[in-house]
Amino acid sequence: MKCLMLMLLTFYTGFFASGQKVGAITLNNLDKRIANGKDTTYIINFWATWCAPCIKELNSFEKLDKAYKNEKLKVLLISVDFKSKLNNTLTNFVKKQKIKSEVFLLNENNEQEYINRIDTSWSGAIPATLFIKKDHRKFFEKEFTYDELVKEYQSIK
Amino acid sequence: MKKFFIVFGTLFCFAVNAQVKTLSPGEIAPAIKLLNVDGNTVGFDDYPAAKGFIVIFTCNTCPYSKAYEQRVIALNNKYALSGFPVIAINPNDPEASPGDSFEKMKERAALKKYTFPYLYDKDEIITAAYGARNTPHVFLINKTSQGNVIVYTGAIDNDTPDTNPAKIKYAEDAISALLDNKTPATAVTKAIGCRIAWGKNKQN
Repeated sequence: MKCLMLMLLTFYTGFFASGQKVGAITLNNLDKRIANGKDTTYIINFWATWCAPCIKELNSFEKLDKAYKNEKLKVLLISVDFKSKLNNTLTNFVKKQKIKSEVFLLNENNEQEYINRIDTSWSGAIPATLFIKKDHRKFFEKEFTYDELVKEYQSIK
Repeated sequence: MKKFFIVFGTLFCFAVNAQVKTLSPGEIAPAIKLLNVDGNTVGFDDYPAAKGFIVIFTCNTCPYSKAYEQRVIALNNKYALSGFPVIAINPNDPEASPGDSFEKMKERAALKKYTFPYLYDKDEIITAAYGARNTPHVFLINKTSQGNVIVYTGAIDNDTPDTNPAKIKYAEDAISALLDNKTPATAVTKAIGCRIAWGKNKQN
């Protein structure tokens, strides 16, 4: 019996450790995080589970995160899925795809306001990616290949 | 071979860099004549009594379009009789977005009992002429002695999931202003949504 309980415990621990817990983030909290990161380069990708071109490029962000894990680089994947999708669609997607980079759901109410806060040139379509190193920001409303990501990272870091 | 690469390279650059310019309030709305889901063509001329039009580029497949579908129907129900009917246009290329084919448009319009035309911009020429960016993208048009003048472009409101009771209803506010012979307070917002699916050889 003890053995069985131990097995169950091991199973459950393993189960919960296998996927990251996806949380929601406000832009204020994102700004704070970036400010605390000091000389870290942040690459923030805006995507959604329903967006095919976004999903196509997610692997490149994961690969970049892994390839430069010894450098001061932080990849954040911020989903603009509707908030009602956080605990089902988004969490399941992250688990199923075994996404290692940090994933958040954007927790904002006023779309017109948050789009402009992220970048005034943003039309509001995804994928979109923001590169931030201290006061230096570069925003792209486009799909990235891995090589393009590396190039952009190298130029800003 | 070299020539091939030059031609190919040029096409590629166009595909990446060329971007449609969204028409601004004050500009004249290009005339439309497009095929409706009922098999007839529809244009502004078919509405001699209208005071203007709520042109909305939208589609079957985009989650933002789906989220707004009921609100588009409600806009037509609310304003068609006051002179501002909705004209919906699907801007997506069916090869790039198979769920937006003319057949699928017909199915959607029938299923949801659209009370307004749902037009198919087969060649994406009207989409390019208006410079629609994402779906849904609203162009509110006022019929004047100078022609059909665009008075508002952008989003229907600022709350796609429709959960915020304090949302700002940009499109409704703009129409109400026109009905009161006033200028809309907000003339441009961002049409947050899905990027338009352009065909391979079409405007990008």
